[in-house]
Amino acid sequence: MALPKLKQDATDARIAALSLPEGGWSAPARKAALARLQDMGLPGARDEYWKYTRPETLVSVDPTPAAVFEDDEAPFWDGIDRLKIVFTDGVFDEAASDDLSLENIEFARLSDSTDILWAKDLYGTLEEAGQTPVQRPLAALNTAFATDGIVMRVTGPVSKPVNFVYNHGSDSSDAILHHVVKVEKTGDVTILENGPAAARFNNCMEVEVADGAGFHHIRAQGRDHERRAATHIFGRLGTESTFKTFTLTVNGVLTRNEVVLELLGDDAVAHVAGACMGDGDFLHDDTVFITHDAVNCESRQVFKKVLRNGATGVFQGKILVKPGAQKTDGYQISQSLLLDDDSQFLAKPELEIYADDVACSHGSTSGAIDEDGLFYLRARGLPRGIAEDLLTIAFIAEAVLEIESQELQDELNARVAAWLERRRG
Amino acid sequence: MLEIKNLHVKLEEEDKQILKGVDLTVEAGKVHAIMGPNGSGKSTLSYVLSGKDGYEVTDGSAELLGEDLLDMDPEERAAAGLFLAFQYPVEIPGVGNMTFLRTAVNSQRKARGEEEMSSTEFLKVVREKAKDLKIDAEMLKRPVNVGFSGGEKKRNEILQMAMLEPKLCILDETDSGLDVDAMKLVADGVNALRDEGRGFLVITHYQRLLDHIKPDVVHIMYNGRIIKTGGPELALEVEHNGYADLIEEEA
Repeated sequence: MALPKLKQDATDARIAALSLPEGGWSAPARKAALARLQDMGLPGARDEYWKYTRPETLVSVDPTPAAVFEDDEAPFWDGIDRLKIVFTDGVFDEAASDDLSLENIEFARLSDSTDILWAKDLYGTLEEAGQTPVQRPLAALNTAFATDGIVMRVTGPVSKPVNFVYNHGSDSSDAILHHVVKVEKTGDVTILENGPAAARFNNCMEVEVADGAGFHHIRAQGRDHERRAATHIFGRLGTESTFKTFTLTVNGVLTRNEVVLELLGDDAVAHVAGACMGDGDFLHDDTVFITHDAVNCESRQVFKKVLRNGATGVFQGKILVKPGAQKTDGYQISQSLLLDDDSQFLAKPELEIYADDVACSHGSTSGAIDEDGLFYLRARGLPRGIAEDLLTIAFIAEAVLEIESQELQDELNARVAAWLERRRG
Repeated sequence: MLEIKNLHVKLEEEDKQILKGVDLTVEAGKVHAIMGPNGSGKSTLSYVLSGKDGYEVTDGSAELLGEDLLDMDPEERAAAGLFLAFQYPVEIPGVGNMTFLRTAVNSQRKARGEEEMSSTEFLKVVREKAKDLKIDAEMLKRPVNVGFSGGEKKRNEILQMAMLEPKLCILDETDSGLDVDAMKLVADGVNALRDEGRGFLVITHYQRLLDHIKPDVVHIMYNGRIIKTGGPELALEVEHNGYADLIEEEA
């Protein structure tokens, strides 16, 4: 079916401005992704899936410039022994990165020309699977045009986290990165991501978690006010595998984080959580799609949004339970704390269930600071501002507690506390 | 110490008068108990004194050590020496009990222009006081009141009281939801804080808490006023005969 003209023109213009990397092991996958993209077209304002978040600035030929923010906070995960891989405006920074070497991980870069057989089978595969039943054109665009990324195969337990650091160096940078993570049996890896990345960032991560393997992901998106990002995580989970991802987002005019998971093996566990802090010109969109296609799997979606001065939060979360996926335990909660009357939260929780022996629950709320809690703290002598900050931290706690490491929980809570303190009158 | 005169209070949102002229003086070093049937205004009195929103004082006054309480924000009242032990302590996930306690202690000190407590000093003091209340290190680390049993919550209230060293302590139905052992532990905590410079206002339905925290004066509250004042024997009388006789006398 032909695309509407506007969409066709926008898609053509965007594609014309990009160049498809030639040759290499990823070439066939890139060509296929380009064909997918041409087929579906880039998202437009009339698309149902983009009803709450305007896609124009994410699909335009040129990115809207975004000033580089002078971040005065200490670097993320500073006290944690980790393997750092640094990209500035989407370009690999070898000097700032550690050697790509860690026991039980094989590393390569997407831009490496050497044939990587296992990655060839995976690159673009999960993204393609994630295009049904809902289209995600920005992910197809990513697979086709990503300029770099890390390709890693995890063959056993890993001693320290792998940290992707995304620096923002130029006001007009437009970065497209694509990572592939294959966690094999007995493998267990933690990936940390942080940084504003670019004026506009399109990031995609495909993660295959084999039977019994574990994948942990903690991401901090900050702090540049004008940055824009569209990210996708596609995950496929084997039997008794674990997949946990948490994202803290502060600032940024536009962030859309999509997480698309398929639970294909019995007894798999998937947790997707996030907290965002928005002040003023800020839109944060969490779009999650979890498909249960095996028996006795558990999935949790926990999203908390703190919004003030007209900030907007969006949540589109779906649990799809396929026929036969009995004993599914699905949980979904999305909540916003609206610190004033100007802010808004738009939530679309969806459950679609084709099995009869499942437990799925969902809830969504919007509210102000809890008055009883506020009185309790003030009655102990805490000034109103400090009391409100503590209650805000309490509000996002359910999401932060999804992170297994206490150390990482503490760091993220401290970042949130600092964000709040900077805004306290 | 606490001087309440002719206090009239109504609910802000509905035109309903709750307190209809309360007169009460609590002296330093004394324990006053307020008893009364449900809906008599006991809890309202504790909320109005500590500054909860939703109440409007239509007449009368309340002073703590000569300072007008009703004019202050809740945190100012706390810094001035008022403490309310809540009937239902609030759970605050994500905020460690220790962090909360230390923030409270130092916020009050700061408000009074005193030097803040260092973390080492604070740790030392809090461990000592927690031990007396059988509050272990684990409970101190946990988020405020989250997953605490009823007894643990009330003990945590008393720990806060011990750390904040208030001048006037109001205990709002601190015995509710406690078994005998827990009540004893809480009462011991309160008794340990009794001294000449501190006054107590103990609000309760039942006489049994007063077996453990011996009052100097007992007031009976009904329909927004104190209708009778006496010694500890008044509490026993209520325990035996209920409130009906007293209310009838009043009517």
